[in-house]
Amino acid sequence: MRKPAKKISRKYKLKALLTNYLFILPALTLFVVLSIYPFLSMVRLSFFSWSGIGIAKKFVGLWNYKDIIFSNPIWWKSLGQAGYITLLALTVQNGLALILALACDRDIKGGKFYRVVFYLPPVLSGIVVGLIWTWIFDKHGLLNHFMSLVGFSEIIRPWLARPESALTAVAIVHMWKGFGWGFVIMLAGLQSIPRPLYEAARVDGANLWHTFRKITFPLMIPVFVVVLILTILGTMQIYDIIVATTGGGPGYHTEVPITRIISNILNNQRFGYACSQGIFFGLILLFFSLIQIKISRKFKPHF
Amino acid sequence: MKKIILLLILGLLIGGCGRKKAEIKEEIVVWHWMTDRQETFAELGNKYEKITGVKTKFCLYAPSDAYSQKIKAAAQTDTLPDIYGILGEKEVFALFVKAGYVLDLTDEMNANVGQWRNRFFPRALAVNEFEPGNRFEIKSGIYGVPLDVTNIQMVYNKKLFQKAGLNPEQPPRSWWEFINVAKKLKKAGIDGFVSGWGEIWMIESLTLDWAMNLMGEEKVFATFRGDVPYTDPEWIKVFSLFKTMEDAGLLYDGIVIMVNKTAERLFATEKAAMAFNGSWCVNVYKEMNPELDYGVFPPPFISDENSMRIWGGAGSSFMVNKKSAKTKQAVEFLKWLTAAPQQTYLSEKTLNLPANQKSLEAIPSILAEFANDMDIVTHPNIWPVTEFPLVRETMNKGIQSIVIGEKTPRQLAKEIQEVKIREEKKRQDAEAR
Repeated sequence: MRKPAKKISRKYKLKALLTNYLFILPALTLFVVLSIYPFLSMVRLSFFSWSGIGIAKKFVGLWNYKDIIFSNPIWWKSLGQAGYITLLALTVQNGLALILALACDRDIKGGKFYRVVFYLPPVLSGIVVGLIWTWIFDKHGLLNHFMSLVGFSEIIRPWLARPESALTAVAIVHMWKGFGWGFVIMLAGLQSIPRPLYEAARVDGANLWHTFRKITFPLMIPVFVVVLILTILGTMQIYDIIVATTGGGPGYHTEVPITRIISNILNNQRFGYACSQGIFFGLILLFFSLIQIKISRKFKPHF
Repeated sequence: MKKIILLLILGLLIGGCGRKKAEIKEEIVVWHWMTDRQETFAELGNKYEKITGVKTKFCLYAPSDAYSQKIKAAAQTDTLPDIYGILGEKEVFALFVKAGYVLDLTDEMNANVGQWRNRFFPRALAVNEFEPGNRFEIKSGIYGVPLDVTNIQMVYNKKLFQKAGLNPEQPPRSWWEFINVAKKLKKAGIDGFVSGWGEIWMIESLTLDWAMNLMGEEKVFATFRGDVPYTDPEWIKVFSLFKTMEDAGLLYDGIVIMVNKTAERLFATEKAAMAFNGSWCVNVYKEMNPELDYGVFPPPFISDENSMRIWGGAGSSFMVNKKSAKTKQAVEFLKWLTAAPQQTYLSEKTLNLPANQKSLEAIPSILAEFANDMDIVTHPNIWPVTEFPLVRETMNKGIQSIVIGEKTPRQLAKEIQEVKIREEKKRQDAEAR
């Protein structure tokens, strides 16, 4: 009597399992068709010399990767420049986002208004933001007008067109556009911290700094990790703002990896090479993300 | 029952992801990027339908970069429309032809003693033509239909010239006249010159105009072939012209990252006295400032030994998709579209230079000034040899660096030559593999 029951149970389990898989099949199909297949195609194409049009492809093995690593100084320069913007975004942009989130977390007057205002730049188009800032940074732009009003006429310049200021100016535009994301995520994180913890700390005589160091900061670490990873991934892949402000110039001073990849596809007809650059760049981003997750695990609070 | 319904839903979902075999509609589909011509194209399409009963559908994909990506993606998936345009260099055009996406129109062009062919400016047709023994190894013939012609020259604001004490009817012809004009404009506190040098092909265009004038076309081609180095004194002289322009205070501060739209705005709003722009600017300036009083002149001569060359040719062209089921209808439509009445209408409405020579009589005088120099136009697409893309990029970006004082002309020449040698070696390695 027991054996048939077991058989039924196994059959039922198998059926349930298949039904479950059947339910996820549409989503899985979409994921495979739209993400996995293009990714694998890209990996395959990275080993070819291909113009991007037509069927003629030449297998070149690891030659594209070798050229990127050893013979393409502009690529490394573009990576360094994206790294510089990322560094500024990680520190200045996220620092500002945290300060504003802390301010809005307290019941300040007009808090809701500020939340909306701070969240506005990220929802604007990067191209539009870039064009607006191009006018601000122009020789006859708002910034230089302000500078001359406050007596700094000697430093007036077209900020985006000078090698010494172009990259930082682009970084400022990017940070202005991006700090709202960090702000919203950090504000949500701050609001999820149980209030009794702060009240208990206050009863114990902790000041603002102690409260931040001993309660807010440790509890916010998972949120910081999310924000930092998003910042790195988002900033390293900066593109639209560069296109709208400098086009990668003057010279190569604001070139970033994505502009180089696009340039290889559109201007140089080196689709295979661009795929290799994409894979290589993806691996770099993955590497930094893994390091960051590892570090964050180390500092994660244990209650 | 529930299971059957579930399976049906799943089947529909999965089936919906697949590509439904396209039904052949009695409609010619045209893809293009020309925002200023969409409305007029649609009007002409309606007119054609009334005459022939054949429907046309013009699909606009802009900006041009997005359009370029669109047609490349469509080529990869074999979903190109009946008629489309190819943007970019001859290499890209050749790739589409090689991939079998472009119909050879030679026989149609030559039929009836070249009736269709003879409508066009020869230079406009040349851009769409592959010569016998071309470097792309494509069967010689005509593969595209020019819609309009264009060339890139200098434009100047007559009012600002007058304000600076210059004769508004006498634009500079030689290099030194040009520099003197620059000095006078600077003295009058007028910004001298704007152009879309952030879009680096505009730097390239002016650089090669001057290079061809100074050393002749053959020496420029010899450089591309690797027979003359970029460190040649004449190339250094060409690069030095940009430094001289900057030193004379001629260039608008920030020109190196300027997109052409910004340059057009600055010139149209009379913030700069001169601009380097294509004949399409007539339409743009008219929209921005209908009262703008300006004239046209070719880039100033550096040398009297060789003639000046300016970039130009077919502004935009249409190709017929060889894989389309309606190639015959598409060809007939293009014949109609490029006939004199339609070309005149298109030109009047959009202020572009018509590709049909017979339509020139009706164009405005400023466009005629551009048209007067059609016999000196040249274009990389008709050259027998081309330069490596990376070498061109190094040159154009390097000229930006000269303008901002980061590099000297000599340093740039050395750098370009190094890149040239590296690219040549890469090419040889690739061939050896």
